[in-house]
Amino acid sequence: MHSFGYRANAILTFSVTALAFICAIASLSDNFSNQNPSAEIQILNINRFKKQSYENDEVSLTLDITADLESLFTWNTKQVFAFVAAEYETPKNSLNQVSLWDAIIPDKEHAKFRIQTSNKYRFIDQGHNLRGKEFNLTLHWHVMPKTGKMFADKIVMPGYSLPDAYK
Amino acid sequence: MGWIGETVDSIKSIKIRQLLTQAITLGMIVTSALIIWKCLMCVTGTESPVVVVLSGSMEPGFKRGDILFLHMTTEPIRAGEIVVFNVDGRDIPIVHRAIKVHERENTGHVDVLTKGDNNDVDDIGLYADGQFWLHRHHIMGRAVGFLPYVGWVTIIMSEKPIIKYILIGALGLLVITSKD
Repeated sequence: MHSFGYRANAILTFSVTALAFICAIASLSDNFSNQNPSAEIQILNINRFKKQSYENDEVSLTLDITADLESLFTWNTKQVFAFVAAEYETPKNSLNQVSLWDAIIPDKEHAKFRIQTSNKYRFIDQGHNLRGKEFNLTLHWHVMPKTGKMFADKIVMPGYSLPDAYK
Repeated sequence: MGWIGETVDSIKSIKIRQLLTQAITLGMIVTSALIIWKCLMCVTGTESPVVVVLSGSMEPGFKRGDILFLHMTTEPIRAGEIVVFNVDGRDIPIVHRAIKVHERENTGHVDVLTKGDNNDVDDIGLYADGQFWLHRHHIMGRAVGFLPYVGWVTIIMSEKPIIKYILIGALGLLVITSKD
């Protein structure tokens, strides 16, 4: 009853159980945090709008993104992955989501920012539906915790549109 | 060196009935572990409810050796979700984020493009030749939870199989020589 084997087994089992319990509690505590992030996006310029030779429409634009995601950070947050996606509908597709820009925010100090950038990823449609198209720009964020459940949410900003003719 | 003598004595004095009971107990433990695993597969809706992160393509969020809990529902795939997918012809699942989603009207068929957070380019290079999008049947699950470091046990056991054998051998020895 008091051999090394039994003692080692008891210590190991107890420490693993205690660690699992602490991780679960840490994850649960995230549910109680108050979150009110805010964001604003402006399209500064449509740089290029063309049809890739006989194929799909492509747009290149410059965005001005302002966001305050400080309230998303809790003590159990490892990083926040934020990205801006253009979302629109076409006759063929009921939903298109194209990510234009993303960033990894490692801590609270970097969570309030304003940047001006051209789109990091190519905005390409499946088809030629983008002329005069109205779309939403949505800022999504995914909170990656130190342990436990990941959660995500978004702010939808409607009312953007593309020009009626190629440029 | 006294415990070697004790071990030999205890092996010599084992009775058949006791041995059988211990074997059955061991079998019960292994079987209940299997039952729990299968139940998890049912509840989460995926074939592998827990995966170990093997590469650094999602750093700094997921490092090598972390484990991810997966869940699969019939909800449509949306941009930003971290999905685990298998490419035809490769057996190692890849955990990356969906950056582009095109969902067809009516059929719900979906084209998905993924990219690892730490990679500079999207995953087109990882897909099969001539494949530009992932479809629903490639995707095994969405990552919903995460535990750091726990996966190192699996990585060490698969990269140095000798450790697996040592561990199982030691456990076997412990079971046989315990007097319970």
